Amino acid sequence: MMNPLIPLFVAVPLAGAFLTMILSRFITAIPRYMALAVLLFLTFISFWSLITGGDGSSVYTLGGWEPVEGVPIGLYLIHDGFSALLLCLISLVGLLSVTYSVSYMARYTSENYFYSLFCLMIAGMNGVVLSGDIFNIYVFLELSAISSYALVAFGVEKNELEATLKYQVLGVVASLMILFAIGFIYWSAKTLNIADIRTVFSAGYDNSYYLLIQILLLTGFGLKAAMIPFHAWLPDAHSSAPSPISAMLSGVLIKAVGIYVIIRLFFNMFEVTEGMSIVITTLGALSMAVGVFLAIGQWDIKRLLAYHSISQMGYVVMSVGIGMILMARGIRSEVAALAITGGIFHMLNHAAFKGLLFLNAGAIEYSVGTRDLREMGGLAKGMPVTSATSLAASLSISGIPPFNGFFSKLIIIVAAVMGHFYFLALLAVIVSIITLASFMKFQRYAFYNVEPGKIRNDIKEVPAPMLLSMITLAVVCLLLSLLALPGLRETVLSPATDILMDQFKYSSQITGM
Amino acid sequence: MKGMTVIVKKTTQLIAGIVFLYGIYIILHGHLTPGGGFAGGVIVAGSFILLILAYGSDFLNLVKEERGSTTYENLAILVFLFLALTGMIAGTRIFFANWLPHGTPGELVSAGFLPLYNIFVGIEVAASILTIFLALIIFKEEVLK
Repeated sequence: MMNPLIPLFVAVPLAGAFLTMILSRFITAIPRYMALAVLLFLTFISFWSLITGGDGSSVYTLGGWEPVEGVPIGLYLIHDGFSALLLCLISLVGLLSVTYSVSYMARYTSENYFYSLFCLMIAGMNGVVLSGDIFNIYVFLELSAISSYALVAFGVEKNELEATLKYQVLGVVASLMILFAIGFIYWSAKTLNIADIRTVFSAGYDNSYYLLIQILLLTGFGLKAAMIPFHAWLPDAHSSAPSPISAMLSGVLIKAVGIYVIIRLFFNMFEVTEGMSIVITTLGALSMAVGVFLAIGQWDIKRLLAYHSISQMGYVVMSVGIGMILMARGIRSEVAALAITGGIFHMLNHAAFKGLLFLNAGAIEYSVGTRDLREMGGLAKGMPVTSATSLAASLSISGIPPFNGFFSKLIIIVAAVMGHFYFLALLAVIVSIITLASFMKFQRYAFYNVEPGKIRNDIKEVPAPMLLSMITLAVVCLLLSLLALPGLRETVLSPATDILMDQFKYSSQITGM
Repeated sequence: MKGMTVIVKKTTQLIAGIVFLYGIYIILHGHLTPGGGFAGGVIVAGSFILLILAYGSDFLNLVKEERGSTTYENLAILVFLFLALTGMIAGTRIFFANWLPHGTPGELVSAGFLPLYNIFVGIEVAASILTIFLALIIFKEEVLK
């Protein structure tokens, strides 16, 4: 079955980006409405595809080039259980960020460039998630990365330019490593299609060569995903960008172009080996533990949130890594499935609560004019909605029931215990407690701590579009916890786990073997 | 921006047209010979850049040219995307489907959509390289002010 909507995920935001640039010459208000319309449409079709797709996957052959004797010769877009979830995530967080930007970006000049770059970034991420061809992944990755370099520097102040330079240099290093790896793959496998590479490599490969490719790809995408030894760019870039962009970068971009690709390649392109899965689990555990210790000392809200992104992504990678180790050993596949489900679930949850937290930080910056926690205090009175929604997000990230973060962390910890990874389970609990401490600090200094003589009555709540985005995301944070229920978990999360766990499902749908 | 000496101006005058035509040749024969939209587009942009460098241009003109090239760039991408999307309505109803008659292989007008794609990629690349060049000069002039 071929879903005719699939190419629109890339074509519509691209068309929106360039139409915006032309039409804004004549009508100055058009960019924001164009971006809103594009994102509304994408949200609609992504949820439509998720609901109607069921647990099957849909392969779209661009130009109608069917495989010849089981060898794919064209470009493929693949919409399966895993990419469907990511597409919904990108569209939903994107839509809410654009709604938020309508008020927030009114302070900046050249709004048309902002919305045009925003649509380009969305097109790039959708392309990465849908593409079934590793070189196309690289092309779309660069599309989203280059637009995000420009968006981080959108304020053109000194620290924004410094952050974007750092981001660009490390981003280019990552892209080069990925390109090298793709070159090596093409040299040895003579194909660039992910499913076909799997088939070629399963017939036999040179072990050291295989390892080199894996390490280059893990380093490249690890840099994009800001895993711990490669994290240096993230706190600067994510804290200097305008807040809706920070929400997009932290909430979606590092997942779509980093974590998603790592998971997709190491499950569906390479065979799961024990050595590599231990490396991935170690990287995840390291990010989780070191990220939170770097976060707790921060006084700049957005830097604090950025370091927490590293730590929370560590949870995802560690959990998926536990699943990989169990798969490689060939034991207890139900625990492996649980661990991978937990990782994917936490990834969805993180997009919701971290997006919300960055929007809250932006609202505080909008009203108070500072990002330093020490200069705030007592904002709960003047900004009740921001305070309430940020409390929801803080409880969610620290893993307090009934919010979504609790359920995904619970699944991860239960899976770690069931797989006899007691140390990792303990580490996850400790990191969660430190996260709670760090968000108690955030709540106290920002919203409650009223020092005598520093009471500010001039603080007003932010405009309605910003409130709408924040409230919607807070509701999404609550609703996502429903995915832990047995019925919903099977229909939404299990297709994603199945496509990763099954050795042949992904490649057989393309090569037909 | 100031122009260069009369020798450079005269030489440029003589070769710019040839460079431009060669770029167009590469674009139009993209589906038959090596090269195509990208390579030809760079050559076409090169002829414009030669003229601007040799003759110089005042600041306001540069800004005007930059707006023009940006518009061409955006329009070319939109037309390209539109051509790809027509495949979803006509013929086999697939994105990027080549539903025009393919003609005889080896002739200039053949291969359905490929020459059209090459032409619009050529316009896009020429316009965007010119835009980058103009943006760099405009930035330099602004700094000098």
